[in-house]
Amino acid sequence: MKMNGARMVCEALIAEGVKTVFGYPGGAIMNVYDEIYKQDGFEHILNRHEQASVHAADGYARATGKVGVAMVTSGPGFTNAVTGLATAYMDSIPMVIISGQVPLALIGTDGFQEIDAIGISRQCTKHNFLVRELSELPRIMKEAFHIARTGRPGPVLVDVPKDITAEIGDFIYPDSVNIPSYKPTVKGNKRQIEKAIDAILKAKKPLLYIGGGVVLSNASDLVRKLADMGQIPAVETLMARGVMGASNPLLQGMLGMHGNYGSNMAMSETDLVISLGARFDDRVTGKLSEFAKYADVIHVDIDAANIGKLVDVDYPIVGDVTHVVEKMIEGLEGKINPDKYTDWREVLERYDNLHPQSFTDSDTVIKPQWVIERIGELLGEQAIITSDVGQHQMWAAQHYPFDRPRQWINSGGLGTMGFGFPAALGAKRGCPDKTVINITGDGSILMNVQELVTASEYKIPVINVILNNHFLGMVRQWQTFFYEARYAETDLSYQPNFKALAESCGGIGYDVTTKEEFDSALKDAIKKDKVAFINVAVNRFENVLPMVPAGGALYNMILDDQQKEK
Amino acid sequence: MSGTRRVISVLVENESSVLARVSGLFAARGYNIETLTVAPLPDTNRSRITIVTKGSERILEQISKQLHKLIPIYKVVEHEEMVEKEMVLVKLPIEESLADIQALCSAYNGGIANVGMDIIIGMVADEPRRVKHFLEAIKRYNPIEIVRGGVVAIER
Ligand SMILES: Cc1ncc(C[n+]2csc(CCOP(=O)(O)OP(=O)(O)O)c2C)c(N)n1
Repeated sequence: MKMNGARMVCEALIAEGVKTVFGYPGGAIMNVYDEIYKQDGFEHILNRHEQASVHAADGYARATGKVGVAMVTSGPGFTNAVTGLATAYMDSIPMVIISGQVPLALIGTDGFQEIDAIGISRQCTKHNFLVRELSELPRIMKEAFHIARTGRPGPVLVDVPKDITAEIGDFIYPDSVNIPSYKPTVKGNKRQIEKAIDAILKAKKPLLYIGGGVVLSNASDLVRKLADMGQIPAVETLMARGVMGASNPLLQGMLGMHGNYGSNMAMSETDLVISLGARFDDRVTGKLSEFAKYADVIHVDIDAANIGKLVDVDYPIVGDVTHVVEKMIEGLEGKINPDKYTDWREVLERYDNLHPQSFTDSDTVIKPQWVIERIGELLGEQAIITSDVGQHQMWAAQHYPFDRPRQWINSGGLGTMGFGFPAALGAKRGCPDKTVINITGDGSILMNVQELVTASEYKIPVINVILNNHFLGMVRQWQTFFYEARYAETDLSYQPNFKALAESCGGIGYDVTTKEEFDSALKDAIKKDKVAFINVAVNRFENVLPMVPAGGALYNMILDDQQKEK
Repeated sequence: MSGTRRVISVLVENESSVLARVSGLFAARGYNIETLTVAPLPDTNRSRITIVTKGSERILEQISKQLHKLIPIYKVVEHEEMVEKEMVLVKLPIEESLADIQALCSAYNGGIANVGMDIIIGMVADEPRRVKHFLEAIKRYNPIEIVRGGVVAIER
């Protein structure tokens, strides 16, 4: 069929089954918007900032497992999108971003709104394409989706010059992809898997170290089964919360800088780390030479470059976690003895009882941890929780009872403030039956606050719970601990009226200073079915604990404020 | 920079930004490039990039894995047994002894490439280790300019 390039972009999106596109128009992408106007295969959501469009597509992808799609114009439209690309890249989120570009003939002339999108995004996309000929467009779109969702997933940028979108040509959407230079390894090496199985059978203190790759690979049920058949204890990274399920007795908790004592001690004492889709991030390992010091390491990862990057690996297995864990389960069936690790589990239980993940509640002021636990009690499995970056994020990860994968959505790798609200919009669009709560701070929420308008216009009723400590709390905490309480530029006493701000954009706002008020605000917000700000005044100087100081060994934790003051 | 020297050959799809992808990877991750050469392979739409780098074993392993991840890269070759050659052009003043220079260059697989009104251009093509010796030896003829071609390599 003959059509222009703009129409081809739309047809390709429809062929890929895309239902929602987040974006923002402008000169170089206008031809495509003209075709969006004429079609009804997908809806377009106009965010109020391109960064938010990309985060929304990202939240959609994380919540649904499908490829998220965003569209921006050239120049400033694209540069606004860069933080979104980098955020998705660091967390391996499958997305296709389409950016307009100046006409081919203007490329390289410093044309109006020209910027080298391919050059800028090279290090923060899995791959990117500049469409140089209309005839390549269908193939490039097909490849972009394929690359985004296969192997180690990631964002792919397609940069389309304006004259290409105007040109008319034949549209035949390919039904298969052939990229000879791109063949991700899905199946783990059989011999390596057998060796790993032997190592598991020989281990006395094995520990499953579960990362975000398990979520991306939809392997949670298999991983639970593996843990269960051997009664092997497990720890989760920030990105893997929900994989094991909060009530699972084998789950020690989250490990790392703000992990719980039991999890970090488990990692410090295990004799076999079974790493599944985790990448030994510095926020997880602390001091590398002390990390899992007594352990051999099995490392399963679809990205060979993750293996051996930071720690020496005894059993490297390149492959999709789903495939490898399936084979591990087959190999262990009937051979593994769940009673073998009873002593090990008891040791861990003792650690956990020694310093459980807890906080001291108060009658006079709301503790932020209480808010998280309360949301968990009221909504539990029903909610999807997104977050921004800071103390509130860590409290959410520590205290919310996550029961399933894709229930917890946060920017782990890049740590992008401003991610939570737009990501919540995407998650809600992708999973309309869930209650979507963004747990945020009084700093972060302002970094994409314009999305109040988007949420109101499109009736996307997400609830932002602002844990308001009148501080850039996480930075303030470091200043308290490591900079002798010099609070350089972290005091946020000067604030907007959050309630009025929400309401001025068509949402609903609540100011909350007591537990009772919080309960009724949350219930009311759910009932009102509108975008909401629940502004909760929380204890200003609350710290996220326990904490492993950056670069310290996991077993050297600051456990409470008193210990720090000593 | 310390570490093991390694020659890595990369077989890539001929597309406009592939060289930027490769060199950008080295820059972004702080890997070292000693020399880099690139040219298309005959009768294909592929090119071969030859990179000489240095680093610890862990870094060298990362380099090859990270290169492999780039979508337009077919193959990363890190053969132990590579035949390596590097070409060098030297410009020398005409006052120097043409015969001596001729002799020196031919000892390193080369010769006189050009003689002009006031300059001599010598050329050699040899193993990197020997090229180093040549660069030492040529000093005494007061070279005006030296251009190195970078290492190319092929598996034995
Ligand atoms: C875009 C961006 N800028 C700066 C930072 C550094 N940073 C990390 S946490 C934090 C404070 C966040 O404050 P707030 O959103 O109020 O959350 P709190 O820590 O108080 O819960 C800052 C500034 C960041 N992560 N992202």
